[in-house]
Amino acid sequence: MSSTLIAALFVFLLATLAGAEVINKVPPTLHTPLMSGSNAISGIAVIGALLVAGNPGDNLITILGAIAIVLATINVVGGFLVTDRMLQMFKKKETKVS
Amino acid sequence: MDITGFIPTGIEISYLVATALFFIGLKYLGSPATARQGNTIAAVGMLLAVVGTLLNAGVVNYSVIFLSIAIGSAIGAIGAYKVAMTEMPQMVGLLNGLGGGASTLIAVAEFLRGLPAAEVPSIDSRITLILSILIGGITLTGSLIAFAKLQELMSGSPITFPLQQPVNILLFASFVVGSGYFLTVPKDELVFLGLTAIALILGVLFVLPIGGADMPVVVSLLNSFSGIAAAAAGFVLMNNILIIAGALVGASGIILTQIMCKGMNRSLSSVLFGAFGGVKSGKG
Repeated sequence: MSSTLIAALFVFLLATLAGAEVINKVPPTLHTPLMSGSNAISGIAVIGALLVAGNPGDNLITILGAIAIVLATINVVGGFLVTDRMLQMFKKKETKVS
Repeated sequence: MDITGFIPTGIEISYLVATALFFIGLKYLGSPATARQGNTIAAVGMLLAVVGTLLNAGVVNYSVIFLSIAIGSAIGAIGAYKVAMTEMPQMVGLLNGLGGGASTLIAVAEFLRGLPAAEVPSIDSRITLILSILIGGITLTGSLIAFAKLQELMSGSPITFPLQQPVNILLFASFVVGSGYFLTVPKDELVFLGLTAIALILGVLFVLPIGGADMPVVVSLLNSFSGIAAAAAGFVLMNNILIIAGALVGASGIILTQIMCKGMNRSLSSVLFGAFGGVKSGKG
C-alpha cells in the first residue's frame, strides 16, 4: 500500500468517526429531512465527475464524466431544494401546533 | 505569491472550508431549530467545493462541464418543486440512486482512462475501483427499485422467487472470484464491465425481497451507501473532499438508519433479511 493510500485511509477513518458522532437524538419528524440533506451532501460525487469530465481524455471518458455530472448535479440541486421544502413545511406545522 | 501559485492552494482551502460547512450543516440538520439553516450551510459548502474544483488547472472541458451542470440543475430544481410532499421518501430514494450512479460512472471512466497507458494500474487503484463499482452499483439499482416500490410502479410487497438465496450467493461469489481475477489481470475490460453488471444486479436483488413499509429504512441505508460510494470514488481519484464528505454521510447515514429502525421497533437485520427466508414469510 502506498503512503498516499494510508493518508487517505486516516482521513476516511476520522471523517467516519466524526459522521457517527454528529448525529444523536434526532426527533422523528426530522428523520426524512436529515436523510434528504445528507443525501444532497453525498452528491459530492459531482466533484469527482467534474474532474473526470474536465480533464482531457477520450470522448467516451468525457461523455461518461458528463453523464456523471448531470446525475450528481440533479442529486445535489434536487436534494438541497427538496430538503428546504420539507423543512419549510416542518416550521409551519410547528407554529400551528403551538 | 503570483496567481498561478495561489490557485492550487485556493482549491485546497475551498475544500477545507467546504468540509467544515458540511460538518456544521449536518450537525444543524439534526435539531429542529437549526435544521433549515443547516441545509443552507451544507449547500454553500457544496457550491464552494464546485467553484474550487473548476479552478483546477487540469480542468479544460468547460463547455461540457457548464452544459452538464445546467442540465442537471434544471432537472433537479424542477423535480424538487414539482414533487408532492407525500412523495418525499421516494424522491430521496431516486436522488440517492443518481448519486450512486455518478460514483459508478466515475470509477468506470477512470478504469477506461487507465487502459491505454503502458504501465499497469497499482494494486491500490485496482482495489478502490472494485469497491467503487460494487458500492456505487448497488446504490444505483437498489435505490431505483426502492423508488419504484414507493412510487407504486411495482408491487410494494416483498418479491421472492425460487432459489433466491442460492442465486444471491452465486452472484456474490462470482463477484469475489472476478475481483480476484481483476486484481491479477487489471486490464481486462470484459471482466471489469462484468463486475459492474453483477454489482448492478445485486442492488436489484437486495431490495426486491424487502416490503414497501420498510422502504424508508432501506432508503436511509442506501443513503449511507451512496456516501460510502462517493468516498470510494474519492479513493479512486485520491481526492480528500470526496473521501471526507462521503465518509461523513456514510457514517451519519448508518446511525440515522439505526435510529429509524428503533423508532419502528424493528432491528435492521429483520428489515433486510425478513423476506429472505422465502417460505416462512406467509403472514409475518
